[in-house]
Amino acid sequence: MNHNCGCQPPMNPTEEEEEEGNSGQLSEFRARSNVKQRTAGTFSYQHFRLNQYICITSEMTTADYDQASLPDLLPLYYRRLFPFSQYHRWLNYGGVTKNYFQNREFSFTLKDDIYVRYQSFSTQNELEKEMQKMNPYKIDIGAVYSHRPNQHNTVKSGSFQALEKELVFDIDMTDYDDVRSCCSGADICPKCWTLMTIAIRILDRALRDDFGFRHCLWVYSGRRGVHCWVCDEAARKLSVVARSAVAEYLSLVKGGDETVRKVVLSDPIHPFITESLTVVERYFSQYALLGQDILGSKEAVDKVLALLPEDVRKKLLQYFQTEKNPEMRWDTLRSMAQDKRTTAKKGHYFEMEIMLQYCYPRLDVNVSKGVNHLLKSPFSVHPKTGRISVPIDLRELDRFDPFEVPTISLICEELDQPKTEEEQEDTMENENKKEAGERRKMRDYKRTSLAKYVKLFDNFLEGMAHSRKGEVLKNSDLQKDF
Amino acid sequence: MPNRCLASSSRTMQFYSRRKKLIGNSQTEQLYGHCLQFYGQPPIENISLSEFETFAVDRLKLLKTVENLGVSYVKTSELYTKKLDSTKDDRKPQTGPSEYEKRRKDHISHFILRLAYCQTEDLRRWFIQQEIDLFRYRFNHLPSKNIREFLQYNNLHYHTISIDKKKNLMDKLVTSSFAVSGSTVDCQDFYKVPFQDALDLVRTRKVYLNGGYVYIPHQDIVTIVLNDFRTRLSKALALTARSLPAVQSDERLQPLLNHLSHAYVGQDYSIQKSIGKISLEQIDPLSAKSYPLCMRQLHRGLRDSHHLRHGGRMQYGLFLKGIGLTLDQALQFWRSEFVKGKVDADKFDKAYAYSIRHMFGKEGKRTDYTPYSCMKVILSNPPSQGDQHGCPFRHSDPELLKQKLQSYKVSPSGISQILELVKGMHYQLACQKYFELTHSVRTDSGFSLNHPNQYFMESQKLLGGPGAGVKVEVKREDNPATKPPNPIKNTVGGVSSALFNQSSKC
Repeated sequence: MNHNCGCQPPMNPTEEEEEEGNSGQLSEFRARSNVKQRTAGTFSYQHFRLNQYICITSEMTTADYDQASLPDLLPLYYRRLFPFSQYHRWLNYGGVTKNYFQNREFSFTLKDDIYVRYQSFSTQNELEKEMQKMNPYKIDIGAVYSHRPNQHNTVKSGSFQALEKELVFDIDMTDYDDVRSCCSGADICPKCWTLMTIAIRILDRALRDDFGFRHCLWVYSGRRGVHCWVCDEAARKLSVVARSAVAEYLSLVKGGDETVRKVVLSDPIHPFITESLTVVERYFSQYALLGQDILGSKEAVDKVLALLPEDVRKKLLQYFQTEKNPEMRWDTLRSMAQDKRTTAKKGHYFEMEIMLQYCYPRLDVNVSKGVNHLLKSPFSVHPKTGRISVPIDLRELDRFDPFEVPTISLICEELDQPKTEEEQEDTMENENKKEAGERRKMRDYKRTSLAKYVKLFDNFLEGMAHSRKGEVLKNSDLQKDF
Repeated sequence: MPNRCLASSSRTMQFYSRRKKLIGNSQTEQLYGHCLQFYGQPPIENISLSEFETFAVDRLKLLKTVENLGVSYVKTSELYTKKLDSTKDDRKPQTGPSEYEKRRKDHISHFILRLAYCQTEDLRRWFIQQEIDLFRYRFNHLPSKNIREFLQYNNLHYHTISIDKKKNLMDKLVTSSFAVSGSTVDCQDFYKVPFQDALDLVRTRKVYLNGGYVYIPHQDIVTIVLNDFRTRLSKALALTARSLPAVQSDERLQPLLNHLSHAYVGQDYSIQKSIGKISLEQIDPLSAKSYPLCMRQLHRGLRDSHHLRHGGRMQYGLFLKGIGLTLDQALQFWRSEFVKGKVDADKFDKAYAYSIRHMFGKEGKRTDYTPYSCMKVILSNPPSQGDQHGCPFRHSDPELLKQKLQSYKVSPSGISQILELVKGMHYQLACQKYFELTHSVRTDSGFSLNHPNQYFMESQKLLGGPGAGVKVEVKREDNPATKPPNPIKNTVGGVSSALFNQSSKC
């Protein structure tokens, strides 16, 4: 990330305070966050403010995150930014089932890699207080159990059971290492991020259209992937066997390092595969042929050819000696497949298999199978990158940029910006409605980059509340009919 | 056990039936109104202990048959169906049991076996699998009128879709399933079923799924019915397991239930067809050629450490008896090996010789113990640190198993096939695959491996060795890949009678 603006080094607190007047918060923050020295020079409050303004407009979104500053940033995050009210609203699910929130397991990873499981809370308030006390580096959400997880040791062995949990999916970029040439391991870039876009489109469509699930929350994991939380009541009640069946239905890429041809299609081609291919086709040319250049270098071409039947491979090798343009190469490959289909008895779908092997979502069935599986919580911080696990807006999916996602250091810094006019109006409106503490909190995240993500989350929660109301009405109607 | 009714055991009856006891025949008639049932209600009558035992053992034999056929044949194929048909009791009601009696026996025997098979995860899994296969076979035999009745009777409200809707979905329905053609859609009813009730079809993507519902032709309704059955049975077994301690405290039932869950209902290899035909010098080469992996491992362990622990001595010792070693040979074999280790001849005679004679029925109760079947090896007495017994496909860490197979020169593709089977918990199939790979054959579809001595015998037949127990022609030695003669033909008549005379010599 380029930081081409000059944010000033921290100064002796007293000097600062004199200059700043009553913005003690800024000094408190800076004194504790060890903002690195970038440019030498004397400090001047006005100068600082101006430079900060430049910082924001030049799209610096990381504020130079450093894992070592987490102990200072986390308390601020949990006291003033974490959207507890929405979080509780989510996990309470309208209070329809008794003790749903109270019996939910959370796990925290604390400083020095201390990991604690079976955390549970009676109220939103308790959750807040505990999180503000422990300042977890990572938060995971588990299942809703038969009893309060923090009392599981008192329960008769065998009676403590995981009962319900959202159906979840975890798509991790490292699972695509064999088909992406731009990055590997934990690295991502705009080129390979398209894989996540494709994954989200395909899976979201299937979960909605095929399975009838309506409340799917897609979340950026913070580093190299995305998670999906399917929150429908039917989804939460699914058994292990059912979750595994759903995951298998959605799996098309099978096999590990030893398998060369990971997608095998045969007649008939199920509508699910057809729909998924439609999505892949939209991105294939730009992503695979141009971006990943899979029909460019000899090495890449060899990998593709290894997936083809012998005779086709030979013909293409010859053809490729003269034709170098990847799109032309692909067109020829494709028409060869279509030809084979019209002449041979058996279906030959190798061009589709290639598209799927290079682009189709790879999900870890084990993550989705377990009712008691713990998954990183939305709005949790990713300790290595500092990025917040934020919900993804599916309406703007093609424009989502993981490198734009705010980091904890950025939003903490933004906290101390003076209010814009807009925000001042907003505050005045809300003053009458809520308590001072909550008011302040709303004000707080609203003036950071986190705001739009919390709004997204709000919309999601509204959708679920709406559905619940619909269900209640439906049931009461049914009861009236004898 | 005296022939007494269970009526006096009111404890047994109390949790056996959770409803009030109903009087009169009309109830029982209703209970058996259909030839097929979900076994939702337990039996509420009194039966004698001998009936209890007979019913249980007969059903167990049936389930074992189902298991063996399921290993060798595709479960819905004609051959499979024919074979299962042949196990049915086709006697007319005048001479054989009436329809009512058959259904009653079916009902009661199912519930008895629940008691025996609810205790561990492995047993439950096995029982559920066989009961499902049996149910599927029976359901497929039902004429469609009975199927409709059955669905209705069991409150399975799977609704059919309108003809218009069918027309609209024609394309999707046909491309979703290999078995569904245009005419299927035209001629059959299609049911709209919540996807949770058809997980097998969803998992394998063999059905059209939309809005959370799958669309299933009438011909496939069996899959979802099976699913339902599996869920119910699974829950019921868990419940049964909780009530089990009370049942097991009944001394009349406990030995039978224990015996049932370890029962092996096939050839027991206690009559050694090749007794005395194997010399001790042949054991080492035989262990490499014809031993199943478990025995090869035990033999290796014995040669290496000149000792085996009790579990290993039992498993291997009885196997050796099964392949034809005489008592004297066995004593010599074990003594010579143990003496090379930390045990001197005296100690051997005092401590170990007794148990070997015991195995041959020469001590104590004088029971002629039978060599362990695969089922027994896999399910009972799992090995712990330092043990060599058990089934390597079940009990060895896959990495170690892989190494072992590599050292025995099994091809990499063969090894992965075996590991795949192990992953799917098909331990006996994995061993069978090992047999195929080490003998370079494909096994006859009638060969389903369920006993280590069976492995040995089949191997010896192929190789024309002394342990086969049948007369073989010399030329087979040159070409071991030719199929051996049908074993059944040769064991009838002269050979077996000769053996009967021999076995008394021991």
